[in-house]
This record gives sequence, structure tokens and C-alpha cells, in this order.
Amino acid sequence: MSELLEIAERIAGWAKAGEQVEAFVSRDDETEVRAYQGEVESLVRAQSQGVGVRVVVEGRQGYAYAGTLDDQALHDTLQEARDNATFAEPDAFNGLGEPDGVLVPDLNLFAEELAGYSIDDKVALAIELERATRAADPRISGIESAEYIDSVYESAVATSGGLSATTRETGCYVSAYALAESGDETQTGFGFSIGRHPGELDPVVAAADAAERATRLLGASKPPSERLTVVLDPWVTAQFLGIVGHTLTGEAVLKGRSLFAGREGEMVAHPSITLVDDPTNPAAFTASLVDGEGLATRRTSLLVDGQLTGYLHNSYSGRRSGTASTGSAVRGGFKSGPGVGARALSLVPGTASQAELIAGIDNGFLVQGVAGLHSGVNPVSGDFSTGAEGLRIRNGELAEPIREVTIASTVQRLLLDVLAIGGDLEWLPMSAAGVTLVVADVTMSGA
Amino acid sequence: MLDQDLISETLTSALRTGGDFAEVFVEDKRSSSALFDDGRVEELTSGRDRGAGIRVVVGDTTGFAHTADLSADGLRTAAEAAAGAARGGGGGTRVVAIGAPAQDVTASARILPETVAKATKVGLLTLANEAARSAGSVISQVSARYGDSRRRILVANSDGLMAQDDQVRTLFSISCVASGDTGLQTGRESTGRTVGFELFDETDVEEMGRRAAQRAITKLSARPAPSGSMPVVVGPGGGGVLFHEACGHGLEADLVGKAASVFAGRVGEQVASPLVTLIDDGTMAGEWGHFAIDDEGRPAGHNVLIENGVLTDYMWDLLRARKEGRISSGNGRRQSYQHLPMVRMTNTYITAGDEDPAAIIADTASGVYVAQLGGGQVNTATGDFVFGMTEAYLIEDGQITDPIREGNLIGNGPEVLTRIDRLGNDFAMGSPGTCGKDGQGVPVGDGTPTLRVTSLTVGGTAG
Repeated sequence: MSELLEIAERIAGWAKAGEQVEAFVSRDDETEVRAYQGEVESLVRAQSQGVGVRVVVEGRQGYAYAGTLDDQALHDTLQEARDNATFAEPDAFNGLGEPDGVLVPDLNLFAEELAGYSIDDKVALAIELERATRAADPRISGIESAEYIDSVYESAVATSGGLSATTRETGCYVSAYALAESGDETQTGFGFSIGRHPGELDPVVAAADAAERATRLLGASKPPSERLTVVLDPWVTAQFLGIVGHTLTGEAVLKGRSLFAGREGEMVAHPSITLVDDPTNPAAFTASLVDGEGLATRRTSLLVDGQLTGYLHNSYSGRRSGTASTGSAVRGGFKSGPGVGARALSLVPGTASQAELIAGIDNGFLVQGVAGLHSGVNPVSGDFSTGAEGLRIRNGELAEPIREVTIASTVQRLLLDVLAIGGDLEWLPMSAAGVTLVVADVTMSGA
Repeated sequence: MLDQDLISETLTSALRTGGDFAEVFVEDKRSSSALFDDGRVEELTSGRDRGAGIRVVVGDTTGFAHTADLSADGLRTAAEAAAGAARGGGGGTRVVAIGAPAQDVTASARILPETVAKATKVGLLTLANEAARSAGSVISQVSARYGDSRRRILVANSDGLMAQDDQVRTLFSISCVASGDTGLQTGRESTGRTVGFELFDETDVEEMGRRAAQRAITKLSARPAPSGSMPVVVGPGGGGVLFHEACGHGLEADLVGKAASVFAGRVGEQVASPLVTLIDDGTMAGEWGHFAIDDEGRPAGHNVLIENGVLTDYMWDLLRARKEGRISSGNGRRQSYQHLPMVRMTNTYITAGDEDPAAIIADTASGVYVAQLGGGQVNTATGDFVFGMTEAYLIEDGQITDPIREGNLIGNGPEVLTRIDRLGNDFAMGSPGTCGKDGQGVPVGDGTPTLRVTSLTVGGTAG
């Protein structure tokens, strides 16, 4: 048994009669190398670990955590969670995850290869990334950051009700932020490459992407406001889907904070839209064996041919909604209890390439990046407005760059006004996969 | 927090293989929070995080490691890991002597959070909820949060510095959802100060609940926000985030040093309207971004960044300052002992002008009045920034009229700074914020008087 699971089970075993106890224990070993001007700017070796304990007594829930795993801290944390529970008000639906017989998917998220790479190898990757980014285009004038990061993550959950689960995963990436200059104008662009071990990383691709994104915005101007067709780059679509995913959680729905509350069975999106959350997909970097409450992850359909078919649940929202957990409990580390969230959202892709989709548009805007999406979205009303930059589309071709504009609509309108979905599905280091999305009649605000 | 000899030994270990500089940062942080949601006190959470981060600098390379194990063995292991990461080379033994023992500090908080009963903290949530719900039957959901933290830190470095601080922060926020024919709208109110539970001597949580509810109710009748460029008047305290994003980040010496800021190389130049004096001030007692020493042991500073429109200086941390042969401005901050410090803002504000705010609005034929800005984001290299409007109204014929729905404002920092043409005499600090940079969040404050920007792009949907 892993050391972490042993600790989690020990704490769960301390539950008294009439008390439910859940312990979540995690450990994360990280190496982070940042390169600048051919040298190591910083090298961080970080190991963090900790425990979070949830106690439910007579429907009252309390939580406590500690950033250490020594025996005294474990006892103190349980005691503190018990004390916290006495001040909460009861809710009959409170409780821990319950075994539901769903099998843990057969996924290997741990690459033994990572251990074979020395610090020197990792330093070399970061330096190569920085060099390749500078060399990618003569207009690259500087590097804001070029880094290599890896992590070996391990966690365990055990409950007094008999759930017991562990995960172990590795991940690494290189990412570069490039500065491009022309005259006295500067633009920026990023690129990355991600994998489970360094052998899967391609710093040259990351460098080329960063350089291309930065240089293609040089000379950008701010056009007058108008309504037009927008083409969302996969990276942008993924961020947008992340917002949609949040509004489809049982937690948001139950608390009246979702624009989709009470709309199950309705057509809420264009019939071409099918959206699933599938953390069992091995292609997703965010794939996971178990959720934050120790239940097996599983595939959940949210929108099928435009129709809202269901929500994501953890055990609390599942019970309270009269259904069951979809294995969608997520945690932001050991310092907080399980909420509800998507892990690996994706749209069922179409077949056309981005270039083919653009070829059919007379007047449009290819949005390559958005800024302030989170501050500009109201998940309750669905209103959103976000800063955007990218390229104009004229007569089926990419034209001049655009910057300092916003695009605005509502989440509801955007899902209904989808004209086409690309065939270029791409898994990204976030809770949703990217794909090119073409949306009609969006307001672009500029000069 | 740690024995002085142990700290000297740790720094000596960190420099055993060479190195120009070593530092130990010890942190012991306790936090607690209570959440009211969906009609009941949902959960109380509390926790403790304690550990040390050790940094070794060799030339332009920084090595860093941290540990939750504060024993002599734990600290030595972390020190050696940091030294290895910085690849000291060189060699030779350098013994680090601490100049003077750190003075004992007492938290400036009058009522420490651990001395207040949990039931009392929870009681505030219930009060705020009842007040918010009483604002009208259209209030369909209320969520309120109480949070406190006590963060004790000790910093020692190979220059012989040793300093401590005891930082207590208390936060209260409430957010309401109103349901009407036009859908759902939200309203929020928050306060946070670097003080203890005495925050509530001066803060009426029931009034906060009523105000948050009223914001949500007002927005039910909101019109779609306009789109395009127009004059924007920002209310007192509502617009600090504008300067935080439009120029604050661009004045951080780490970004300036990499030429990743539009303000690089512009000290002494007129970068803003002559009305603008911008100050970053960690010494403002009680404010959300206040502290006695920064996370590198340097006392908080009162730093004038822009004076009458002229760029006077950047903000500095220890590393960037050493390179330039100057002293840090007290802006070296980190999220926790697990993070490397970098240049961060504290309380950033625009000093008051001398105009009657009512006259500024009356002189604006048409545009937008923003009472509260939300979160924002900036690309420091281009200066382009965005932020959300959480409470805004139309200005028509010199009068504030209908509320407008949420939207983003977008602009370019250097351009916007030159377009500030009116400044009110009604300075106020804004809501507590968490500033994110490179994945690290730190508490920051901001403030402004009423001000007008002659032209900003409003990102709404109305024609």
C-alpha cells in the first residue's frame, strides 16, 4: 500500500460512531527551470504535501487541513475538522462519496521515464527552448519567459465508509513567451509543448508557435465596431468551454447560479453541438483515475445534438438532485474540500480544417487570444465580453492583424449561433480540449 | 520562530559550495474561513501551513528549495538542494553571522482571530444574509464568506539581515443573485483589511448585505452595455484596478529588466496626464496590501511611481535592485514559503485632484459611469489591458441614467494614462484584491478619486 493511502486510511479509521470521516492526502514533487539569455535564471526544487480532513456529523460538515503529515498534525487536523463541523448548519444531503461499483479506468498516467532525466537534462531543455524561440524569427526581440516544469503527483482518499483510492501521475511541459518587435511596436505570443515525460516534449514546436503568434500580430490596429462572424482558435474555444463546463455543474445549478438551471431536456445549443466530459480519455492531459472523493472517473454527456442531457455531480449535488455522483468531485489541493467540476471536456469535432472553414467566410475575425474572459463572464446571466486579438478574415483569407477590441455576446447566443466545428480537436493543458469554432453575428467593439 | 544559531547554520550550509547570496524565509500561517450559502452556514474550514524557503543566488542564477521540516536536518537538506540548484561551484566556506537579532514583533491587529469564538464569526454571516434577503423577494440566492489569516514570517539573509513580521488579515464578502423577468443578475460587496476582528467595529455587515442585494436588483433593469470608444467616468475607489493594470504591472522592475514592459527606459519622461500622481504604498496601516516588512525583509515603502505625469521610478525587489546597485523599494513579495519572491504591488493609488465629482459627470455629454470595476488583466509588453465592469451606468446629457449589463473595458496603458482629463477631490480606497502574477497570488489594495478617461473601448453588445 502506498504511504499516502496508509495515512488516509489511518485517519478514516479514527472515525467515531455516528461520524463520517474522509481524508485526502497529496504530495507533489516539482522541478521548475527558467532560462534567460542562455543561462539558468532560476531553478526550483519543490516538494509539497499535506492533508485535508472532512467530517460530517448529523448532517453538519467541517473541514481542516495541514501542510505536514506528521502524526500530531494528522490528529490535530481531524480534531479541528470535528470542531468546525459543530458550527455548520445541518443539511441532510451532506455526506461523503459512497462506493458505486464503477471500475477505475485502465489508464497509465505515470511515466517511469521521467525519473531517468537528470536536472542537467531539464536545464538543457529550458535553454534549448529559449534559444530556439530567439532564433525562430529575426523579429523576435526578447523573451519574457522560457521554462521547463515537471511534476510527480500522488494522492490518496479514504473514507470511513470504505472508499479507498490512490492516483499517481507525471506531467511536464515547456512554455515560452516571446516578444516580437517592429519599429517601436512590441507584440507577444506564447507556445508550449506538454507530455508525461520530457521525451514527449518538442521545444522547437513550442518556440515556433510562440514566434508565430507574436510576429503575426505586428502591425495590428483597432478596427471600428461591427457585428461579424468570429472563428475561435482551438485555444480560445477551450477557454470558453471551461466557462460552459462551470455552468453545467450540479453545484451551480442547485444554488441558482447557472444559466442552465432547470433546462434539462431543452435545446440550448445548435444541433451540431455535442459536449462530453471524459476524464477516462487517455489523450487528455487532465485524464484522471478517480475524482476528489475517491470515486472512479467516467464519461458524462452534457449536451447531445444541442440538447441539455445532464449535469456534472459530486456526491452531495448528486444526492440532492435525486441522482448520483458522476465522479466529478474536484479539489484545488488539500486545502479545500471537494467541489464539482469538469476535467476533460470536448466537443465532438467536425471534419474541416481551420483553413477550409476560413475559406468560406467573407468578413470575419480569427480570434487567436482572449484576455479577461473570467472577469468578463457572468455565469449566472450568461453575459460575456472579453478582450480579443487575432487576424481579420476577408474573402476567405487571413488578412491584417487586429488588437485592442472586445467580443461580446451571451453564452446562450454563442452556443446557438455556432456555424461550424472544425476537425482539429486538440488536447490542451486545461479542463477542455480545443477545436476551431465558427460563430455567427458576434459584436466586436473597437474604435 | 527559529533559533538564531540554526538560521546562521542554515545560511552557512546554503553557501558552502559558493554563492553570492543566501536567504531563509520562514512562514507559519493559520487561516480560517466560514461560508454561508444557499440558506445556511455551509462549512467552516481552518488550516495551518508552516515551512521555510531557501534561496541561493550565484551570478544571474537563483536556486530555490523549500521544506515543511523546520528541524536542523530538514533545513540543511533544503539549503543543500537550493545550493545545488544554483550550482554554486567555487567553494570555500563562508560563515554567515546574523547582524542583530530580529526584534520581536507584535501583530498590529487589536483582536487576533484565534481569540474570537467561531460562533461569533459565523453569526456575522447569518446577519448579512438576513439583511440581504430583506432587500426584496427577488433576491434568490445569497452567499457570504468570512475569512481571516495570521501569517508570521521571519527573513534572514547572508547580508546579516534578520527581520520578522506578524500579519493579520480579515475579510468579509457577500454576493447576491436577483431573479427577474430579464434573467438572473448578481451583486457583490466586499471588505478586507490588514487588521484583526476589530474590522467589524467599523464595518456593518448588514449594510454590506443590503448594498450587495441592491446592486443585483438594480442590474435586473440593466440595458445591454454600449460598444465602441467613448468617455468613461470611474467613481471613487472603483477604478484602482485600472491603474493596477494600465501601468502598475508595467512598472515592476523584473518585467522592465526584460524589456517586457512598455515603460522600460522611460524614467523622467511624461508618460501620463499632468493630473496623474501614482503611488505604491505598503506602509498604509490597515489597508489590504499593507505589511511592516516585505517577504525579503525590507521595510514597506511609500514609493512615488508617477509624479504629475512624469515617470519617477519603478518598483524593486532585492534581486533586481542588487543588479542595479540600489536598494529594494520594499516590493519583494511571495505567496508562501513555497514560492520565490518577485516584484509585486502593495497598495497602489492615484492621489486626489481638486474637482467636484458632480461637475465631472455634468460635463460629460454621453458615456459610461463605472461605479465598480471587476478583475482585470494586462499584457505588459504591449500595454493592452482589459477589466470587467461589475456596476456601471450610462451617462446621458451629463446625468447618470440607466444601469448597464456587465461587459469588459479594453484599452492601452500608455494611451489611457495620457487621456485622463478630470480628477475629483473624493479619494477612496477600493475593494480588497488578489493580484496574480506567474501563478502566485498576493493581497493588494488600490484607490482613486473620481476620474474621467476621454476615450476607452466599452465592450458591450448594443449598437
